[in-house]
Amino acid sequence: MKFTVFAAATAALCALATTSVAEPQAEVLHWWTSGGEAKSVAVLQQEFKDNGGTWTDMPVAGGGGDAAMTALRARVLSGNAPAAVQLKGPAIQEWYEEGVLSDISAVAEENGWADVLPAAIAEHMKCEGTWCAAPVNVHRVDWIWANAQVLADNGIEMPTTWEEFNAAADKLQAAGITPLAHGGQAWQDATVFETVVLGLGGPEFFHKALVELDPEALGSDTMKASFDQMRKMRGYVDQNFSGRDWNLATAMVMNGEAAFQIMGDWAKGEFLAAGKTPGKDFLCASTPGEGYLYNVDSFAMFDVDGADKEEGQALLAKLIVGPSFQKVFNLNKGSIPVRTDVSLDEFDMCAHTSSEEMAASSESGSLLPSYAHGMALRGAQSGAITDVVTAHFNSDMSSDDAVEMLVNAVAAVQ
Amino acid sequence: MTLWLERHVPKLVLAPTFIAILLFVYGFIAWTGWISLTKSRLMPKYDIEGFQQYDRLFAAPRWDVAMNNLYIFGALFIVISMVLGLLLAILLDQKIRTEGVLRTIYLYPMALSMIVTGTAWKWILNPGLGLEKVVQGWGFENFTFDWLVNPDYAIYTIVIAAVWQASGFVMALFLAGLRSVDTEIIKAAQVDGIPTTRIYTAIIIPSMAPIFLSAFIVLSHLAIKSFDLVIAMTNGGPGYATDLPATYMYAMAFSRGDLGQAASSAMIMMLVVFTIVVPYLYSELRTRND
Repeated sequence: MKFTVFAAATAALCALATTSVAEPQAEVLHWWTSGGEAKSVAVLQQEFKDNGGTWTDMPVAGGGGDAAMTALRARVLSGNAPAAVQLKGPAIQEWYEEGVLSDISAVAEENGWADVLPAAIAEHMKCEGTWCAAPVNVHRVDWIWANAQVLADNGIEMPTTWEEFNAAADKLQAAGITPLAHGGQAWQDATVFETVVLGLGGPEFFHKALVELDPEALGSDTMKASFDQMRKMRGYVDQNFSGRDWNLATAMVMNGEAAFQIMGDWAKGEFLAAGKTPGKDFLCASTPGEGYLYNVDSFAMFDVDGADKEEGQALLAKLIVGPSFQKVFNLNKGSIPVRTDVSLDEFDMCAHTSSEEMAASSESGSLLPSYAHGMALRGAQSGAITDVVTAHFNSDMSSDDAVEMLVNAVAAVQ
Repeated sequence: MTLWLERHVPKLVLAPTFIAILLFVYGFIAWTGWISLTKSRLMPKYDIEGFQQYDRLFAAPRWDVAMNNLYIFGALFIVISMVLGLLLAILLDQKIRTEGVLRTIYLYPMALSMIVTGTAWKWILNPGLGLEKVVQGWGFENFTFDWLVNPDYAIYTIVIAAVWQASGFVMALFLAGLRSVDTEIIKAAQVDGIPTTRIYTAIIIPSMAPIFLSAFIVLSHLAIKSFDLVIAMTNGGPGYATDLPATYMYAMAFSRGDLGQAASSAMIMMLVVFTIVVPYLYSELRTRND
């Protein structure tokens, strides 16, 4: 009885809302156009429609978001930005500085975002203290994936230090198995590099070097040691790695051609899609060393004109962070909910590990943004670092030269 | 009235294109030049700050690699395409029976898009899929051809693909040139008993100088604006070993949100084109005035 009264009241309120204001509208620019991603965004679209909104989809595929950013630039320059745009990391603040983002603090406060989001991640969603973006998910970047059968056959445990990893890799190589499945694309080189820096230098060093860009840290011996490790890793990949896509590298681990892959948890989607079971067919663990590198997808909210559009934007923001969308979306996408209060019952063991370690590292202050995936630095700066990392990895450059190049390259884009 | 029309119709007809070119070519060159002097990052800014984008550009190791690659690629691509094209044209010029068919076969690569050429050659040269694997499969276990994945040699694989694509086109140009040489002179030389090689080196090839120049101009602008071939074949890799100025500019403008840097690299590319095209235009216009 109580429930029906409540429902009736809500319905009345909704009716009131829809009569007093026009139907909520939102145009959403994103580049989730492939398989699982498209399915994930369709969930949001459906939920938005169920709440009486009109969703205008603006998917722009291509170039890992480059094409979408070009479209966004044109839209902003013509003074007609979409309501919500898939953006992440410091790019949100970069757009804020152009003066085109809107303030959604009202929605955030009403729904208590500050209480359910990890503090480090919430900070990315704010522009000078006001909320300007809504987080969708948390991808962990510092994962190491392994073929369980290959490890068992060769008597290898999941490595917990980089020395153990090297020892395991040497053993595998002697047995004729490619130790590390890797694709020679700049962003993949950078992904491996940042896990090495985190593992060898620890969270504090990682923050100094790759977030604050402290020249001393960048030129330090720890950084040299990281490049030494990268040189070792170069020896652990197969000869044919140049230009390989990450999912092909994942397939190598799946069919036992290679033992390990270092990649974010989107790789899990590949394993699951191939019908593999975590813990049995493949193993997931954080890369050696402590800390947690996150890659958070989010929607930045742009200034829009008109009550219907503002209404739509607020509704969209509310739904994105809402528990039901967070759960369904992340089950589809392989990531974990950004809210800490969503039940993980239906998620797999890798997601549980990810969630527990996110909570733990949030406490200890080692919850860190991924530089390789554009969470820590702006495009020009992270690009300059990636240039050095990939040039070193793909040549016989010495670690000393690499460190010197790194310091100079970062200084040039400050 | 009709007289006025007669005099002004050509101008009126040409005016829209003239205005369009003025705006969309020269206008945007000027705009890019302006942006290259600013601190523009994600969005264009219009406060002139001086030449610091150029300082950054010349200090960047990646730009050095890109420019070096342009010289290597440009020189080899132009020279090899011209030599091969000329050779093919001379061979086809021997009044052979199947000339029509052969000519079409050689010209066909030009009909493909660079993306297709690049993807096909990427597979052919991939050590794990293509040539190397095939030859090793034939029993030559020690055969290696890993240029595509070797940062020191990868740029040469781009040259191979580009030459494959363009030499047939150069051949067609030269063939037309060979056919336009006055047959009377050649016959006279043959009557005098001069050997065929000497006829080619002393009479035919020198009289084709304008064709050489046209081929050179076409090939060099193809080389400088080369972009899709690299993107399809190596995507600039391994590392950034096969970056060209055009791919550098694209990365800065569209992936990194560094418009000022992209604009300054575009201006340098334009200067390189000018150093080739301006002497050509100069020589063309001068001969016309004589």
